[in-house]
Amino acid sequence: MTAVLRAEHLGRTLAGEVPVTLVEDINLDIERGEFVCIMGPSGSGKSSLLYLLGLLDVPTSGRVWLDGEDTSAYGENELANRRLEKLGFVFQFHFLLAEFSVLDNVTLPMRRLGKHGDAAIRSRGMELLARLGVAEQSAKHPHQLSGGQRQRVAIARALANDPLVVLADEPTGNLDSVSSATVRQILHDLAHQMGKTVVAVTHDAEFASAADRRIGLVDGKINADWRPA
Amino acid sequence: MRIQLQVALTHLTGRTRQTFVSLTGVILGVAFFLAVSSLMRGSEKDFIKRLIDNSPHITVYDEYRLPRTQPAELRWAGGAIRISNVKPQTETRGIRGYREKLEFVESMPGLKVAPVLVGSAVLVFAGREESVTLSGVVPDKMKTVSTLEEKMIEGSIDALAANPNGIVIGTGLAQKFNLGLGRNVNVVAANGASRPMKVVGIFRTGNANYDETQTFTLLKRAQVMFDRPNRVNRLIIQLDDPYEARDAAQRIEAVAGYKSVSWIEASEDILSVLIVRNIIMYSVVSAILIVASFGIYNTLSTIVMEKTRDIAILKSIGFHARDVRLIFLLEGVIIGVVGSVFGLVLGAGLMKLLSTIEFRPPGITEKVQMPIWWGPEQFAIATAFALVSCILAAYLPARRAGRVHPVEILRGAA
Repeated sequence: MTAVLRAEHLGRTLAGEVPVTLVEDINLDIERGEFVCIMGPSGSGKSSLLYLLGLLDVPTSGRVWLDGEDTSAYGENELANRRLEKLGFVFQFHFLLAEFSVLDNVTLPMRRLGKHGDAAIRSRGMELLARLGVAEQSAKHPHQLSGGQRQRVAIARALANDPLVVLADEPTGNLDSVSSATVRQILHDLAHQMGKTVVAVTHDAEFASAADRRIGLVDGKINADWRPA
Repeated sequence: MRIQLQVALTHLTGRTRQTFVSLTGVILGVAFFLAVSSLMRGSEKDFIKRLIDNSPHITVYDEYRLPRTQPAELRWAGGAIRISNVKPQTETRGIRGYREKLEFVESMPGLKVAPVLVGSAVLVFAGREESVTLSGVVPDKMKTVSTLEEKMIEGSIDALAANPNGIVIGTGLAQKFNLGLGRNVNVVAANGASRPMKVVGIFRTGNANYDETQTFTLLKRAQVMFDRPNRVNRLIIQLDDPYEARDAAQRIEAVAGYKSVSWIEASEDILSVLIVRNIIMYSVVSAILIVASFGIYNTLSTIVMEKTRDIAILKSIGFHARDVRLIFLLEGVIIGVVGSVFGLVLGAGLMKLLSTIEFRPPGITEKVQMPIWWGPEQFAIATAFALVSCILAAYLPARRAGRVHPVEILRGAA
């Protein structure tokens, strides 16, 4: 089985008077349908690794393979196209557009992709919201929702273009325990029921317990990689 | 609606007050641009109208500009031939075959022509003599190419047709000789032919020299007086669009062979002054729009700074840098289009208001109106200039927005 996401000697250094190494020599194969948690203390480079895997950032060494494609030669626009078609992001602070309704936020990636007509996009948006249990909030604006609801809308947006991989950066970092449990369950179901690959960064041990595979990061290097029985 | 346009509109409607201020700048800029440039162009047209009112748009003379190519030069073309002292010929007998030439000129579109025979004569009345220029005209044709009819204060040009012995003179001459309508005056041509003529019309152009020296009679009468039967020595041409005079004069000269001088050629010095005046005017009115574009730049820069996080989100989702640039350029275009529409309406209102103003300059008896020119290209220039300055103002913020690096913003927010 080929890996959906593969990192090869991946490194990222911030240039400057004193260069800062964020991650170094990361080798990683992530399979389709896996729910992977990247854990580590703050400053360990877990978010940086996620940005590299999510093609948001460009590595200074090594390469990322997505869906069997080497992305190292791609320019900014090609990387953006891969993000649009194959990746979905969920951030700690939901990052919804404040002036847009919930439905408009969810349909944003589909409208940018432009593969479907307006009616189809709307109905798929409503379907995603319904699946995440926030369909009745569709006409509201993000500030009218609770934190947990916002994060569910953000997940719906990440799923809009039916991506291969959903990348989540501290998705429960800002939520109460009840909402955290819901989001954790949703991400778990994404991997196990919908066959999405989910890569989440967290420092929440309880969240990590739901994952199929845990990767520990210290000082920009992998120091643990195990699948709990 | 395209997603980029929706984002652009959301940004603008989300900052009503700033958008309104930017919009007001463009509206006022366009309105003043339109009103002032229409006034200046109107006054320019008014000036040119006065400039060419009393002189024809094109005059065809019975002269040649260049000497004819000599037979020897034709026979040995390229040979070492030099013929000195060759001068352009002057047709002392007037324009040859003027009827054909008249027909040719009449066949050209947008143009009216009148034949004239000009000569010198001496007016003799009560023992006084005054040399004048006597022009033989065809009244019906003369009326179409000259404003003389409008300048008549007594009688008319048409009276010439009714009275073959009639003469039309200017007020200056009438005062000098104490002549009135219906009085007889003796006209002596250069060759000695003399004939009493009756004053059937008096004109006043406002140009003292013209009013003292120019007289008009019937073409047939002039031809008899000057002993040039069936000849004319000038073709006076008036164009619907005076600005085509230069091209038309060249075409006429190419066909007719005679020297054709357009008013543009005759008054190049004054026209270059007008061009300088236009440049000054457009740079001043453009300055208003340039100032307005700083307002747009300011608004859009603020939006870019405020919305960096949104831009980072859009880019992380998969928006290209050019999508983001497009969003901000669209914001500039929207302000430009909306501002132009309202600005044109306001500007047209200002123009309407200006055109109703009447005043009386000191020393002038007639009331003067502001000469507003309602040319469609003024509206087009104002709109184009507004749009260009809006797009330029949006360009820098748009470029900055396109360069936003999502990771830097996300890292900062986390």
